[in-house]
Amino acid sequence: MNVVNEMHLNFPSKSINESFARSAVSAFVMELDPTIGELADIKTAVSEAVTNCIVHGYRREIGTVYIDAKITEDKLVIIKIRDKGVGIEDVKEAMQPLFTTAKDEERAGLGFAVMQSFMDSVKVHSVPEKGTSVTLTKKIVPLR
Amino acid sequence: MIQTDYKNDVLTVYLNGEIDHNRAANLRTTIDSRINSLRPRRLELDFSKVSFMDSSGIGLIMGRYRAVGLVGGELKIKNIPENLSRIIELSGVTSLGVL
Ligand SMILES: Nc1ncnc2c1ncn2[C@@H]1O[C@H](COP(=O)(O)OP(=O)(O)OP(=O)(O)O)[C@@H](O)[C@H]1O
Ligand SMILES: [Mg+2]
Repeated sequence: MNVVNEMHLNFPSKSINESFARSAVSAFVMELDPTIGELADIKTAVSEAVTNCIVHGYRREIGTVYIDAKITEDKLVIIKIRDKGVGIEDVKEAMQPLFTTAKDEERAGLGFAVMQSFMDSVKVHSVPEKGTSVTLTKKIVPLR
Repeated sequence: MIQTDYKNDVLTVYLNGEIDHNRAANLRTTIDSRINSLRPRRLELDFSKVSFMDSSGIGLIMGRYRAVGLVGGELKIKNIPENLSRIIELSGVTSLGVL
């Protein structure tokens, strides 16, 4: 897997940075000439993962959100979004559609379902009290 | 800022721009204060000017479904742009009969 470009972004877990984060990643993948649909999918998935770091991971504090994005030779976009927050006890349960630990904040429990539907793959690694990392990948299909 | 319109017992809210977690709290407060003072028979959320929405927008829709229900009204969502149709479908809000 030959990486042809990469970028790294750190920012404090303030909700104002949600739109900044998804726009930055979207600007980064532009070199692959994605369709409007592919770009919208990536933006939405990034927004979900970043929002989760902010509202769940750093629920009790402001911490740092880390984004590491890569583009490979075969037009794969790999985006890792992580926090050093509270972590998830049971990842399988957390990824079930409609599961949420924040119902009273009007959360729908659909973030992971959206990521899974909009990206080719979603991998979650989490350690309670250490943090969570979500790796999103999507292949950008060249226009013919 | 959002525009709202109240006519014939119908409260219409013209949503715009990007609806994410950062914006949802404000939208919720604005819409709920209108719901509670006007007690409309129907709340219509108009999405024609919305360029982006994530699951925070779904939470906003579900929350307003409940809020307007509490004052005896119903919710309708309309003018869903093409780029939001997938998230709306995936969310299952259509099964609430809001379309
Ligand atoms: N970064 C994270 N740190 C800690 N817990 C998390 C993190 N991401 C997700 N979770 C847990 O997984 C649950 C499901 O996440 P998901 O994004 O699917 O739904 P949600 O955030 O609760 O609601 P929505 O995304 O629809 O607003 C969350 O309620 C939370 O308990
Ligand atoms: Mg979420």
